[in-house]
Amino acid sequence: MKEQTTRAMWWRSPSFILDNRQQQPNDTARGDALSIPLSSPLPPSTTMADPNPNPNPNPLTDKISAYYQTRAAHHGVVSSDWLAQAQAAVGHLPEADDDASNNDQGAPSGKPFSVIDEFNNWRKQPDLAEAVAAIRALAAVIRNSQATTMMELEIELKKASDSLKSWDTTSISLTAGCDLFMRYVTRTSALEYEDFNSAKTRLIERAEKFGEISYKARKIIAMLSQDFIFDGCTILVHGFSRVVLEVLKTAAQSKKLFRVFCTEGRPDRTGLRLSNELAKLDVPVKLLIDSAVAYSMDEVDMVFVGADGVVESGGIINMMGTYQIALVAHSMNKPVYVAAESYKFARLYPLDQKDMGPALRPIEFGVPIPSKVEVETSARDYTPPQYLTLLFTDLGVLTPSVVSDELIQLYL
Amino acid sequence: MDARRGSLPVPRVRQVGFFTPNAQPAPTRSQSGPPDSSSPPLSDSPASNSLSPVMIPPPRHHSDNLAAAPRPTSPLPVPEPSPFRRRGADNNNALLVGSYNPAETLLAMSPSSSHVGDGESEETMSGGWFRRSNSGKLASSLPSGTFDFSPVQSTAEALKPNKVQNPVGISAPKEQQPEAPSSSKQPKPKLTKAERRALQESQRAAKAAAKAGGGKSVAAPEEVATIKSVKQHQTQKKDAPQVAVSVAASERKGGDKSQEKERRKDAPAPRMQFDDKSRVEKAKRRSVVDQTEAKKRVELFRHLPQYEHGTQLADLESKFLQLDPMHPAIYKVGLQYLAGDISGGNARCIAMLQAFQQVVKDYSTPPEKTLPRDLTAKISSYVSFFTQCRPLSMSMGNAIRFLKNRIAKLSPSLSESESKSSICTDIDRFINEKIVLADRVIVQHASSKVKDGDVLLVYGSSCVVEMVLLHSHELGKQFRVIVVDSRPKLEGKALLRRLVAKGVHCTYTHINAVSYVMHEVTKVFLGASSVLSNGTVYSRVGTACVAMVAHAFRVPVIICCEAYKFHERVQLDSICSNELGDPDAIGKVPGRMDVNYLNDVSNSGNLQLLNLMYDATPADYVSMIVTDYGMIPPTSVPVIVREYRRDHLLI
Repeated sequence: MKEQTTRAMWWRSPSFILDNRQQQPNDTARGDALSIPLSSPLPPSTTMADPNPNPNPNPLTDKISAYYQTRAAHHGVVSSDWLAQAQAAVGHLPEADDDASNNDQGAPSGKPFSVIDEFNNWRKQPDLAEAVAAIRALAAVIRNSQATTMMELEIELKKASDSLKSWDTTSISLTAGCDLFMRYVTRTSALEYEDFNSAKTRLIERAEKFGEISYKARKIIAMLSQDFIFDGCTILVHGFSRVVLEVLKTAAQSKKLFRVFCTEGRPDRTGLRLSNELAKLDVPVKLLIDSAVAYSMDEVDMVFVGADGVVESGGIINMMGTYQIALVAHSMNKPVYVAAESYKFARLYPLDQKDMGPALRPIEFGVPIPSKVEVETSARDYTPPQYLTLLFTDLGVLTPSVVSDELIQLYL
Repeated sequence: MDARRGSLPVPRVRQVGFFTPNAQPAPTRSQSGPPDSSSPPLSDSPASNSLSPVMIPPPRHHSDNLAAAPRPTSPLPVPEPSPFRRRGADNNNALLVGSYNPAETLLAMSPSSSHVGDGESEETMSGGWFRRSNSGKLASSLPSGTFDFSPVQSTAEALKPNKVQNPVGISAPKEQQPEAPSSSKQPKPKLTKAERRALQESQRAAKAAAKAGGGKSVAAPEEVATIKSVKQHQTQKKDAPQVAVSVAASERKGGDKSQEKERRKDAPAPRMQFDDKSRVEKAKRRSVVDQTEAKKRVELFRHLPQYEHGTQLADLESKFLQLDPMHPAIYKVGLQYLAGDISGGNARCIAMLQAFQQVVKDYSTPPEKTLPRDLTAKISSYVSFFTQCRPLSMSMGNAIRFLKNRIAKLSPSLSESESKSSICTDIDRFINEKIVLADRVIVQHASSKVKDGDVLLVYGSSCVVEMVLLHSHELGKQFRVIVVDSRPKLEGKALLRRLVAKGVHCTYTHINAVSYVMHEVTKVFLGASSVLSNGTVYSRVGTACVAMVAHAFRVPVIICCEAYKFHERVQLDSICSNELGDPDAIGKVPGRMDVNYLNDVSNSGNLQLLNLMYDATPADYVSMIVTDYGMIPPTSVPVIVREYRRDHLLI
């Protein structure tokens, strides 16, 4: 039943109709990748055998990057009943299942455990961020590991995280989440524990704790940001960010009076979706086309955006259009707040817009585009730290310069 | 609604780097929504307890971290880095990628065990005092900057103010009284004329100050202290007991004021200011290198040492055979600094460390002395010799700090040969890990930022930047380099020569044209002599200019600098600490008689030539600093300094 609903809603999602149309002439491998989220996962052998199954091998073609596929899949189906389902799914953690399968795998005949499968299982929950799904999948790796020494376990974990990372190289949060998990889990030396099994249980504990923290991050951020939303304020949001939605939801629930301007969020209409969600919460919403940002900035008191990734400089990588909104807000002295979970902190340092791995996304203009005309299909841009006021993260409310501090502490 | 607004907790925001503690960068509107029951207090969140550790303690001023854990003791010598870059043409090793031009094999020398003379005993004593002060609080009061004084003098000097200064303005002459007994315990020293005069002058000044207002008698006690230290220096034989007495005395003085005194103790000893005549005088008498001071100096830079270039070398060479306490390896490296044969931060640091290594190898502990104390004192004296040859760079200061710390931490159970070999290994490791490997990491990071089609601008000649360029070239990246150069050193030419030899596509221009070429540049790569903890980049003069032009053209500026060159100091301008080069170098163009207009006027009284060596680039103009800990924004320099300081010292 659930599967059915998924499928139905999936196909209703506009971007996926679009994708499908564009994917038709493409190779079958792409089709495979596309089908991952809905049907049974890829046979692990294909994914694992391919050293770098980059879903986006040629940036020049009009392909959608896997990261945006996931997002679209989630956004296409986000609705309150889905959230409820997701909650329920999270509530009964499939640990029991895992353990069962674990036992099965004890026998050599059992189906080999695959991180990607596990990851995709988790990823199917619309409310679960990709990185958290990855973290849970990696936790499962530890649980299912046959390793007998710490070194083996670490190598296994490393392999798993590498294959996860290469599953989608465009997703910053996936990469960052995997890296952070590795750091968090393996940071202290295993030598503290004389016994491998106790070390392993300790690692599993840590892994679960980390998964838990990451999962709760959104709530924490929502709580922290309440101090900044005051009665009568006008908030401009860009794109559909689940964290920002959570922030606004919490504010609405605590009876704050504010209104929200949503940008339309071309091309995947993320703003429409957000405005839809907010309307359900009885928050006054106004939709703007993306080009009306400067026009309406006068009325705006603060800008709230999410982030795909937070980079070392303290800047953010986010949906296309964030940079220009930040520029306009900066020149009009409006604060720009970023809500981002700490697993999005990545050890990247883009110097300018072009200094990032490309993430592409098809754009529908409604009219045929002459073949000579080039279309800018980048899906995200980089906003330098000087245009951001504060970052709300589960580590606290940070100025952009603290991001690097946190990263240095985490990674070095 | 208004009532609810009032009670809202001020949002807590974490910041890093430099900020005023109470500044609220946060919302432009400070009033915000009501503290609802549904929004739990901040402290509930797991995040809140992690708030404090990340707060950077405000700038690492010595006076601020009284309570800090015992910091390893070691003086920080004057950080005034090197100008001269190694000349590429003069030796073939220099053509190697990133060669640091390490000093050639040092002269073999039999262990010099002949440490005679009163200089010796004095050093030991200072060493002893040094060890006693292992609480770390006193460490900073060690010679950090006293230019030519021997260790003991500076320690005594640094110590004095605690005793003398009474925080609430008692007039200086009175304060001098309690001093008398301690110095009269020993036979009254014979003062030289100059000293007597200095004493008188200071007393007069003190009286004047006392008259002027009791509240601020800060200057006077200092002067008293200076005089005192002179006396003490002359009566060094009794130095140690005296110091002990004075320490005890200072201890006895009120407990409640001890806090303030400790702060005083913690304040770094003032750097040698070369416009202070009496001190320069004294320094000169002690110095090994006989340098003639330049007569005409630019007013604003009088506090910096400036010598007639070319006069010292012959003199020093003649002394080569006389000076037995000075190890020949040290002597050689010092002469190389003086002549400019070794230049470049890394090269100078490596040469110095290798000379020290040689010293350690040849060292044997004199009877009735302990190795850590004696060796530390010896190294201090060598450092002051180096300083006379050329002001130390901050990176060398960090290296010396490391070395002294290692010596101080030697386990007393080790035999002499074990200690020596352990020190030598430590030096090797420092060179290897902090310089050679660090450079390799930097090259990896920085060349990841070089893309096909880039036009890279470099200024002057930095060995790390050179390595980055060559490595990127080896990786087959298609890029062009614009080498920007400036008079009088024209170091860029040597770099250009090496780059062209490797087949890199280059353009060469002078800094005058930087604004013209900048429009086609995609990235600017610069080296640094030091990076200070407010993100200021201290580098070859002209760097700030290039960085500012690049910033105006919105070209990213990338600084490549090893983390051992980071310094916790803060500097806002290039005046207070800098190095002066040969003023004639900018007045004359060698080989061009037709443009040497200044030949005959350079002696005229109303002409002052200023040849600055370094400048400070504000952090605003720096996009990224590539260091061995990765690519970081300039705001994260204090984070590295804080997190890895101990690392630097302990490895």
